[in-house]
Amino acid sequence: MSRASYALFPALSLVKPSDVIAEAPPAAERRAKLLARGIRKVFRRGRNDVHVLEEVDLDIREGEFMVVVGPSGCGKTTLLNIIAGFEKPTTGEVRIDSGLVDGPDKRRIVVFQEHGVFPWLTVEANIGFGLADLSPDERKSRIAHYVKLVGLEGFEHAYPHEVSGGMKQRVEMARALAVRPDMLFLDEPFGALDFITRHVMRGELLRIWNAEKKTVLFITHDIEESVQLADRIVVMTSRPATIRCVIENDLPRPRDLSSRRYLEMRDKVLRELGLAKEV
Amino acid sequence: MKPATSHRDRVTTFAAPAAVGALLVALWHVSVAYSGTRVFPSPAAVGAAVAELLRKGLLIPYTFDSLGRVMAGYGAAIAAGVPLGLIMGWHVGAASALNPVIQLLRPISPLAWMPVAVVLLGVGNAPAILLIGLGAFFPIVVAAMNAVASVREVHLRVARNFGLPPVKVLLHVMMPASLPQLLVGLRLALGIAWLVVVAAEMLAIDSGLGYLVVDSRNAGKRYDLVVAAMVSIGLIGFTLDIAMRFLARATAGRWSKAV
Repeated sequence: MSRASYALFPALSLVKPSDVIAEAPPAAERRAKLLARGIRKVFRRGRNDVHVLEEVDLDIREGEFMVVVGPSGCGKTTLLNIIAGFEKPTTGEVRIDSGLVDGPDKRRIVVFQEHGVFPWLTVEANIGFGLADLSPDERKSRIAHYVKLVGLEGFEHAYPHEVSGGMKQRVEMARALAVRPDMLFLDEPFGALDFITRHVMRGELLRIWNAEKKTVLFITHDIEESVQLADRIVVMTSRPATIRCVIENDLPRPRDLSSRRYLEMRDKVLRELGLAKEV
Repeated sequence: MKPATSHRDRVTTFAAPAAVGALLVALWHVSVAYSGTRVFPSPAAVGAAVAELLRKGLLIPYTFDSLGRVMAGYGAAIAAGVPLGLIMGWHVGAASALNPVIQLLRPISPLAWMPVAVVLLGVGNAPAILLIGLGAFFPIVVAAMNAVASVREVHLRVARNFGLPPVKVLLHVMMPASLPQLLVGLRLALGIAWLVVVAAEMLAIDSGLGYLVVDSRNAGKRYDLVVAAMVSIGLIGFTLDIAMRFLARATAGRWSKAV
């Protein structure tokens, strides 16, 4: 069985050697990549001020996989939009590599929840969207590389409506990676997918993350997702959102989803979100 | 578009409309025969009139004359209306400055412009083309403006994220993203242009299907020729609409299904 195919189902393949995940320096020793300080966001809605974010401080380390988890509509997406430069914070600032974030940047690509792919472009043209400055040959080989990386061989000339939701998400991921960004921001990228596809896509994301060594900020309301993916989990409160706590998730990878430690970690996140363990 | 393969599809797309058409023609025939009218032609007489027009070499050239005027007026309306509408959709200031004028002029029927067109451009092709252009212009502007509003915010964000300059955003994102909506408006506008050409040709022009209607009535009250011209106008308008619908579906199928 090839590496790629076994990585498709990380949770089902624990008997396989774990050498896919290369040894990284301990998380705490890595350099800070992103610093967000005192982020507040207030929207004016008619005569009322709606406080969406309240004093958020966040550090993301180089090469880290950080997951922000919180209730729906708590302001996670607003935080991501501020970090990505699409929105300005009411107060506070975001610094990446010590430079002030002042708008979106090609070095930091956002993967959106859905609908982010361009329906009028083929899979191949979507992936090449950000590569206009490359020579045709370079562009072609870059596209081919990422088509292969995300497993879309044979679908290069298909239009988005001809492929599944999971494949569209792969297209977005490949399009983002193709411009060689150093950070990836993912805004509930698997939110619209079914359970099985979501599960497969998480494994794929980890495989790609491992191959490409990007710093990742991943937004979700799915607790399992946070525990499966993150180096560190940021738990947010409901609106106005603040950071409740940051949990170091040191579970060894690949992660065994039925191990006691995994379940303990999940329970910890549940507890921090103030959710009952029984339904 | 799925081909109409099943029996049921074929019935609904071809057989049922054909049956309705046949029924109406039959009703027409019976009404003419029963009332004993000498003015209104029977379906057979209209068929003979079409044959006569073809034999005299009038129908085809007249059709092309009318189509030529429509294409000139409609083309000018697209050339002026699409960019204007896109700008109005893109730029809030442009929209608030221009929209009241557009909305004020829009409800004025192109027919009301007839005297103005003649005063400005005299008689002949020019005023007819102006009227057609006016008829098509306003729906095109409105469609282009609304089409911009239908562009997804997320696509614009992607474009900004990848650092596209404004001109490229317009060409590579706004244009293709708004195309399906735009085509709906263009289809509507073509229908209006075809409506207007007939009226415009009644205005001091001596060719075209609209001219044929007026001329046949004036010169000897040939109502068989009048109805033959009407039938031709209907058929060509129908064909144009099918062509536009086909074009719209070819793109919309790809675009909107991707949602």
